[in-house]
Amino acid sequence: MLLTIRSLTKTFPGTRALDGVDFDLAAGEIHALLGENGAGKSTLIKCLTGAYARDAGKISLDGQTVSPKSTSEAQELGIGTVYQEVNLLANLTVAQNLTFGREPTRFGMVDGRAQRQQAEAMLEGYGLDIDVSRDLSTYSVAVRQIVAIARAVALSGKVLILDEPTASLDSREVETLFGVMRKLRDQGMGMIFVSHFLDQVFSLTDRVTVLRNGRKITTERTADLDRVRLIEHMLGHTLENEVAGHRKADHGLPRSELLRFEDFGRRGHIEPFNLSVGEGEVLGLAGLLGSGRTESAELMFGVASAHSGSAQDKSGAIDLSSPRAAIAAGFGFAPEERKADGIVADLSVRENIALAMQARRGWARPISRSEQTRLAQDYIARLDIRTSGPDQVVGDLSGGNQQKVVLARWLAMNPRFLILDEPTRGIDVGAHAEILRLIDEVTKEGMSILVISSELDELIAVANRVIVVRDRRHVAELTGSEITTETIVRAIAAPEQGEDAA
Amino acid sequence: MNPRLYPLAATIAIFLVAWVICVLQFPYMLSTRVVGNLLTDNAYLGIVAVGMTIVILSGGIDLSVGSVIAFAGVFISVMLRDSGLHPLVVFALLLVLTTAFGAAMGWLIHTLAMPPFIVTLAGMFLARGLAYMLTIDSVPINHGFYKFLNDAYWLMPGKGRLTLIGVVMLLTVAVGMVVAHRTKFGASVLALGGGEATARLMGVRVGATTVAIYAFSGFMAGLAGIVFSIYTSSGYPLATVGTELTAIAAVVIGGTLLTGGAGFVFGTLIGVLTMGLIQTFIVFDGTLSSWWTKIIIGILLLSFILLQKGLMRLSTVGQRA
Amino acid sequence: MTALLRITPQLLTLAALMAMVTLFFPGFLKIEFVDGRLVGPVMDILKRGAPVGLLAVGMTLVIATRGIDLSVGTVVAITGAVTAWAITNGYGLGGALVLALAAGAVAGIWNGCLVAIAGIQPIVATLILMTSGRGIAQLVTEGRILTFSHDGLAFFGSGDLLGIPVPALIWLATAIGVTLLMRRTALGLLVEAVGVNRAASALAGVNATVLLIAVYVASGLCAALAGIIATADIRGADANNAGLWLELDAILAVVIGGNSLLGGRFSIAAALLGALIIQTIDTGILLAGFPSEYNLVIKAALVLVILVLQSPNLAGHWYALRRTFGRQPAATTATAKGAKQ
Repeated sequence: MLLTIRSLTKTFPGTRALDGVDFDLAAGEIHALLGENGAGKSTLIKCLTGAYARDAGKISLDGQTVSPKSTSEAQELGIGTVYQEVNLLANLTVAQNLTFGREPTRFGMVDGRAQRQQAEAMLEGYGLDIDVSRDLSTYSVAVRQIVAIARAVALSGKVLILDEPTASLDSREVETLFGVMRKLRDQGMGMIFVSHFLDQVFSLTDRVTVLRNGRKITTERTADLDRVRLIEHMLGHTLENEVAGHRKADHGLPRSELLRFEDFGRRGHIEPFNLSVGEGEVLGLAGLLGSGRTESAELMFGVASAHSGSAQDKSGAIDLSSPRAAIAAGFGFAPEERKADGIVADLSVRENIALAMQARRGWARPISRSEQTRLAQDYIARLDIRTSGPDQVVGDLSGGNQQKVVLARWLAMNPRFLILDEPTRGIDVGAHAEILRLIDEVTKEGMSILVISSELDELIAVANRVIVVRDRRHVAELTGSEITTETIVRAIAAPEQGEDAA
Repeated sequence: MNPRLYPLAATIAIFLVAWVICVLQFPYMLSTRVVGNLLTDNAYLGIVAVGMTIVILSGGIDLSVGSVIAFAGVFISVMLRDSGLHPLVVFALLLVLTTAFGAAMGWLIHTLAMPPFIVTLAGMFLARGLAYMLTIDSVPINHGFYKFLNDAYWLMPGKGRLTLIGVVMLLTVAVGMVVAHRTKFGASVLALGGGEATARLMGVRVGATTVAIYAFSGFMAGLAGIVFSIYTSSGYPLATVGTELTAIAAVVIGGTLLTGGAGFVFGTLIGVLTMGLIQTFIVFDGTLSSWWTKIIIGILLLSFILLQKGLMRLSTVGQRA
Repeated sequence: MTALLRITPQLLTLAALMAMVTLFFPGFLKIEFVDGRLVGPVMDILKRGAPVGLLAVGMTLVIATRGIDLSVGTVVAITGAVTAWAITNGYGLGGALVLALAAGAVAGIWNGCLVAIAGIQPIVATLILMTSGRGIAQLVTEGRILTFSHDGLAFFGSGDLLGIPVPALIWLATAIGVTLLMRRTALGLLVEAVGVNRAASALAGVNATVLLIAVYVASGLCAALAGIIATADIRGADANNAGLWLELDAILAVVIGGNSLLGGRFSIAAALLGALIIQTIDTGILLAGFPSEYNLVIKAALVLVILVLQSPNLAGHWYALRRTFGRQPAATTATAKGAKQ
């Protein structure tokens, strides 16, 4: 074994984050590390990279016991890490990033030419053709990710930890990344792969280890596992077909029309599209990252203004020139980037829930504290938000509960049209199912919802109608029994099919 | 051209255009005398701006430098008056003091995790206060060595004087360029400016680097103080009030991002010279009042900041497409 | 109750300072009633603290939105110059006050637009007016010290009402007025929300752009009031020295008041206590009989001590120490948060 971890334990005040965890990594293996949020994945990684000191247990690399005290010490030992976002410095050149800390020098000065040559040599074999003297910020996230891997491999060369590396990549970029990883595996690297995307785990990894509540549940060969059993391991109880099998009973029912978008578009964002939204309908928006999904939503909510077309309801045209106008028209929008665009982290649960309502009432008509508290307690109970109370700071909640707070903010407004962009991304499976149940519940009361999601199962489970977006165009519309994984994938993939349905 | 060079190119272009305008109006401004004076008059500012560039590149700010220059002048003049030490010994003592002062501020910024703005603000009060404690009067310097330093210049063709302090400033800029762009320390500085968390992940020793950055700025402020004392042949505790602001303005006009992480020491030199050029122009004109200098520098600052904003927007759009 | 708890450290610091000054100067706390007005060192502090106090009120709001306003000192100079110019050019007292406040508002709109619409970092955006503002003030006064004799205007600087100096009344009224405006309406919450997360607030329907411009206008108006007081006090406008470095004192006051430079939660009362702490240091050093040359050094030292005591890292060390020695593991959320950072 390249890396062996035995009985690793780490305790924080109040919680035991890791409880006697064993883990093995062989050379030339890609090993998936899975678990719900809070299962102990990031604590395990931080113990490995020296960010945390372990309380008990043993880590050995190539048979030698190691206890790295800092990230750089872990790197020197041979353990490199690539994170989802904070990896490299976008304000430095690619070459500076690659050689950082080991710059070739001449007479005590950094030798720029040698630095570029060294950087180019490091990038060899990764299939990148880029100018290393340019700022890293001029390249896409996928390129930066591969540069980060190249740096980690060159620096460490034994164990590579990839923490959610695919979270902001589109599928082609993911394939490029996987190509690089497979190549490294063939060269004998051991890789730990952390991801929420189960598809990727199945297509890429050799073995899977599941953590739950700080304990190791199982380690199995990926080929021997099936999806349901894996989710069982992660959840700890049998999944009650809530997510996968839930289908709306009223598919295809005739509905009265709530909204109609005609020739609605914006250059460079999304081609003009026509869309009709029925009352109490759940619309799904499927497509790859960057296909124009989020752009469609942002246009409908007035985050970017439309260059063409109009939006209408029964009483005529509606103004969607800004989020404030959209809210006044009865719209709501829970954005994809929850931390950046959703929650106001330092404020309390109470204030976060009341925020949109307060903004609509205007500053001169404050919602009293008792009213806010009542509102918050109401939604804490209704959405089962796990918090110590309405006055807890939202930033301290887990991702799923933060998402519920954002949902509560909008439900309190009782909008007629609510847009949810990736409402279940990065949250644990339990909260996932609850949010889908909630969508079902509120649409029964007449609210219309647009759900954007990368998870097809999720769309199939909740949507009455699915719009497929490709290359910044709405290319297909599927209803009722047409909504299957196969039809959606085909519409996303094949330009010649499903075009007529748009 | 590599896009990272655009702000520097804009700085140089604006300087050249400004100079051409000046020369069209007053052909004499092309003479080496004007050039020599430009370098001499702005020597202390150029030196302190080099230190400020490093600080700003790291994402910090150093408000103490104006006070440190004043302290340096007072320290030198009082020491020369009262102690009988040779100026060179006093210079060495002073540089040790100001470097340690900067290092102490860097240490506080790092260990207390306080914003540099606030810590160096306290440093600004402290240095100015120490200057007051030494003397509240203007103290002339009559040492023979100072006369020698003042008379040291190279007569350029056209009778312009390239003074010693002008040369010291140019050398400082050269040193600053090497430190910022050609050393591992410089790479760490830029890394800090790009983001402390990431810099730490990449192996930057954040604490040591922060201390070194402010120590460097303290050293440069001390050196600027020496040059300023040579320039004025005196020390006065109320001197160079607001120089930190002028230095920051020069750095920004020089194309360095005030948020840190990108910029050029050479640009700072051009920034200093551009500001000096405006001042010279107003002196030449004679009818314009002195306050127009401040207003024009404000306008220049604004246009540079807007330009950088525009460039950044362009590059992000390019990345999206 | 929580509000009182919030300003306890500042109250304690102020009390300790006052006790210290009293040790050196026993008459410090004495207030006498002479010629129909209250006199004494404390009244003097209340009066002299007016400019910094007023600036601190506006600065607190700006800092709560994660901004900073470096230009307030020069806005004091500009509005002071406008006041003196208007009064000497026959606009009358009302005209002078209106013009000065309008000038402050324009400065605020300028800063606010650069920050909120052009999207320039506040420290950079306000630096522009900070460097060029004194030039504008000199433009108004044409480079001279513009003096006037107008008793109505001078009243704002050196008059008394009910025995209390007018500048003290102005800053107290402004502070109470702004606090009520923030806390009795939803403005306080909206300002805090924008300060913590502007993007999220805007998506929730908060008009962040207008709100941001508004706080800079508030800051400009506070600076205008300070400018009027400063000019009225010396019966003249000095474009070079009026309000010089006051922005730094104001920022310091806000920080000593425990407001984070990273925006979010704010307390105007605590910032005002910060301003009083600074003024007590200034006045106290003189009263305690130290030569005025020591003023800045002592101020710097005290500022450093206060900053060290408030440092988030120190709170973390303190928490760790207490944990190590095993006493009272239950810490407040504030210290626990500090420990995490």
